[in-house]
Amino acid sequence: MKQVVAYTRTAITLHWLIALLVFVTFPVGVVMHEMALSPDKLRMLSYHKWLGVTVFILLVVRLVWRVTHRPAPLSGDMARWKILAAKAVHILLYVLLFAIPLSGWLMSSAKGFQTVYLGVLPLPDLLGKDKVAGDALAALHEVLNITMLLLVVAHVAAALKHQFIERDGTLARMLPFLSRSSSK
Amino acid sequence: MKKLYLVLLLALPLAGHAGEFSKLQADKSSITFVSKQMGVGVEGAFKKFSARVRINPVKPEAGMAHIDIDLASIDAGGAEANEEVKGKSWFNVTEFPRAVFDTSEVKALGGGKFEANGKMTIKGKTIQVRAPFTLKEEKGMLNVDGTFTLKRLDFGIGSGLWSDTSVVADEVQIKFHLLLK
Repeated sequence: MKQVVAYTRTAITLHWLIALLVFVTFPVGVVMHEMALSPDKLRMLSYHKWLGVTVFILLVVRLVWRVTHRPAPLSGDMARWKILAAKAVHILLYVLLFAIPLSGWLMSSAKGFQTVYLGVLPLPDLLGKDKVAGDALAALHEVLNITMLLLVVAHVAAALKHQFIERDGTLARMLPFLSRSSSK
Repeated sequence: MKKLYLVLLLALPLAGHAGEFSKLQADKSSITFVSKQMGVGVEGAFKKFSARVRINPVKPEAGMAHIDIDLASIDAGGAEANEEVKGKSWFNVTEFPRAVFDTSEVKALGGGKFEANGKMTIKGKTIQVRAPFTLKEEKGMLNVDGTFTLKRLDFGIGSGLWSDTSVVADEVQIKFHLLLK
């Protein structure tokens, strides 16, 4: 395998941090949604919101970094449609990582529950209490999440295919230790 | 109770007496509350209540109030919450449908502020509470506005798992706005 040019350490950290948070926030959301009202449900709702706000903040940092720093070049000879597909998935994931916390925040306000980050920092209610808006935003939050789930599956599957079938070093751009260990 | 009737009887000839307000404008009056869930204030309200109130801003010590709240009319912020708080571990409205506040002890604190010292009965428990309030006359009507804090666990509201005050705080702020004619 040839030596690949990896993403910057900051980009890599932000990617995996957000990935980890999404892999926690998503199931917490699903589980709490199915729970009957209880103190545990209220706790999980708060944790879910705090995690969501954290993802949102990290995403903003990440977008700023992405705009001001060159991403790692693609390795291997990829078909044009694959490059476009990968780009499209990346852009959509950015959009969703932005829109999902935002829809959750707005939903919270519309349902009459302010979001208070970590229990100390109140976020402004951009919407007043409104049942119709609350229900619509809840439906939107769900659709966006299902879309993200499908895109994450595609993103992970593609990364694994590059790593284990094409063996072209694509994943090593985001996991530099892969290229180090294989070049030894 | 007898004493109350006596007070009412004595008051009858005075009804409509200049300076005294006693007719509740129910549609322009409200009883709301703020509970804290995970540190976040959540507003709620009791949509139905009746009140017999008599107050004269110039002679507040003759004032009295009997406020009767229909607990099933609670709006705790959402359909699921409304069902939950009517249940046994919260208000248990089938057994205790009403909350009552009774006072005939009103005093002026000065600076346009007053205080009613009365008995709050919820879920079969009666506790003495002090409710500070202000009075404001406007277009022949009297606005009575006040806020006080109750501790829900004093009344056994939200027992069992819900008694964990780190999730739902013990203190609940009650706000009342009564418009009297």
